[in-house]
Amino acid sequence: MSVIAGKVWKFGDDINTDLMLPGAVMAKPEAEQMRAVFAANRPGWVDEMKKGDVIIGGRNYGMGSNRPASRSLRNIGIGFLLAESINGLFFRNSVNFGFLALECPGCARAFEEGDVAELDLGAWTARNQRSGTVLKPLPVPERLMTLMTGGGIYPAMEREGLIAPRAPRSDAITKIRTGALSRSAITKT
Amino acid sequence: MGMNIAEKILSRAAGTPVKPGDIAVVEVDVCVLTDMNFLPASWREVLKMRDPERVVVALDHLVPANEPLSAQAHAKAREFTQRFGIKRFHDVGREQGISHVVVADNAYALPGTVMVNPDSHTCGGGFLNCAARGVGLPETLFAVTTGKSWFRVGECIRYEFEGKLRPGVSAKDVFLHIAGTQGAHVNQNVEYGGPGLANLSLNARRTLAVMSTELSSEFAIFEPDQPMLDYVRARNKADFTPVYPDADATYKEKRRIALDTIEPLVALPDSMVNNSVKVGAVVGEKINQAFIGSCANGTLDDFAVAAKVLAGRRVAPGVRLIVTPGSQAIYRDALAAGYVAILSEAGAVVTNATCGACVGGHMGVLGPGEVCITASTRNFKGRMGDPAARIYMASPATVAASAIAGRIASAAEFFAGDLA
Repeated sequence: MSVIAGKVWKFGDDINTDLMLPGAVMAKPEAEQMRAVFAANRPGWVDEMKKGDVIIGGRNYGMGSNRPASRSLRNIGIGFLLAESINGLFFRNSVNFGFLALECPGCARAFEEGDVAELDLGAWTARNQRSGTVLKPLPVPERLMTLMTGGGIYPAMEREGLIAPRAPRSDAITKIRTGALSRSAITKT
Repeated sequence: MGMNIAEKILSRAAGTPVKPGDIAVVEVDVCVLTDMNFLPASWREVLKMRDPERVVVALDHLVPANEPLSAQAHAKAREFTQRFGIKRFHDVGREQGISHVVVADNAYALPGTVMVNPDSHTCGGGFLNCAARGVGLPETLFAVTTGKSWFRVGECIRYEFEGKLRPGVSAKDVFLHIAGTQGAHVNQNVEYGGPGLANLSLNARRTLAVMSTELSSEFAIFEPDQPMLDYVRARNKADFTPVYPDADATYKEKRRIALDTIEPLVALPDSMVNNSVKVGAVVGEKINQAFIGSCANGTLDDFAVAAKVLAGRRVAPGVRLIVTPGSQAIYRDALAAGYVAILSEAGAVVTNATCGACVGGHMGVLGPGEVCITASTRNFKGRMGDPAARIYMASPATVAASAIAGRIASAAEFFAGDLA
């Protein structure tokens, strides 16, 4: 349960939020935002990547805006993200939207695109299955990990009666996240 | 060991001393919401509110509404402020403005306090000695409902200003110098002070505080001085305790900035981290659009500089110059000072206050292959419209001079007669 593995897609230093969630779709529904992830710098990537794949980033990952870019990465099915360093606001949004994003010094060098990255949350290690290289992500306080791996802050706020629950969604995102609909189907809608 | 400003403010707000590496769980003094909170894709219905007196709502990104979804968000915000009795509501109209700018205009960001807002440029509140931070949409709802938030306490880089900027050089150039030479400050706090601080106007400090977001810093906080305290007291009657660093405060590093050595700079397209060049390196690059605005460069000082450069001159044929004030209050001040007439006569389009073109939302979106020089917050690929557009970042003076030339140009000649 605590070991997650996925195929690696590599991105460089200073990957900004606008690349993950372009301004043109900022007011649009989540499904439309998902289609636009990395549309400017890597057109077609959302169709190539598969649910459970992993992003390895460089330094200053997620610099820029507060726009919910972490939510888009979670929605398209990225299993987890490791980066040399992560912008504080992107990290907070990752915690709050339930997207697993960890700072892991050395990861940009340790992984090539196409490798399989394995994250062991119990042992707190990241391993390259091909090379056997093992890295230690920087520590994250337990209560933040609980949010990040437990669906984010909204479910917790609902339980405490701070915000109203949303009606169960029958929309495309839920179907994609539960595997009932493939992402490519969205293209046609 | 002593504490720096961020550590002292967070310790007070947490009710316990904090140090780098800690997570500070704090009481939030002011929580700002914007129209982005209320978009149908993001809004969650709030059932409880900790204290409506601590909440500010400012509609800013898409005002007046550019499409039905933003109109829906604005309507939701109106209903929300009415339901919870939120008095500090900046709706479309007289009090309209970019959230960071209305916070600055009205000194809602009090020295020594903690302020959150979903938007990343909330660091701007640091010009008033406030620990202000963008925290994203979900966290602001948490802060509104519980009155609390958390911060990772980072190490601090202190910038010591010395001397005075030369004529025609602005706070934007200071930022481009820091970003260009020091790169990103991920997980670090930034503190500004030193003897040269007295030579930076409060508007210049606003620009620098907002732009510190682009260093990926956590907090960017200015040391208090008399002009800052006078500014706050003239606008906000609430009590506050300004926070100074301890004499033996700990910093990861102290860096000296000699203001009189800074030259006008331009950031090349797509990023501002380690990407600044002298204006001369890109002079002559043909432009389609020039923009002065946003929470960084929509101040009255920025209008004054643009008007000085454009007075009696014309924007080059084929170039659009768009000027957007940070708030309607600034718009009225610019009208009274005659700047709007000068800019309009020169061919600039002066818009209402909004994030507008800076965020590529409306009123100045770029098309494929277009080139823009902008005095705003970001030049990311696709930021202001089509991803194939190229965006250069510069000061309002350089942008105004470029608008006249139709190409990236130095503004030096317009300031040649000024005394340093």
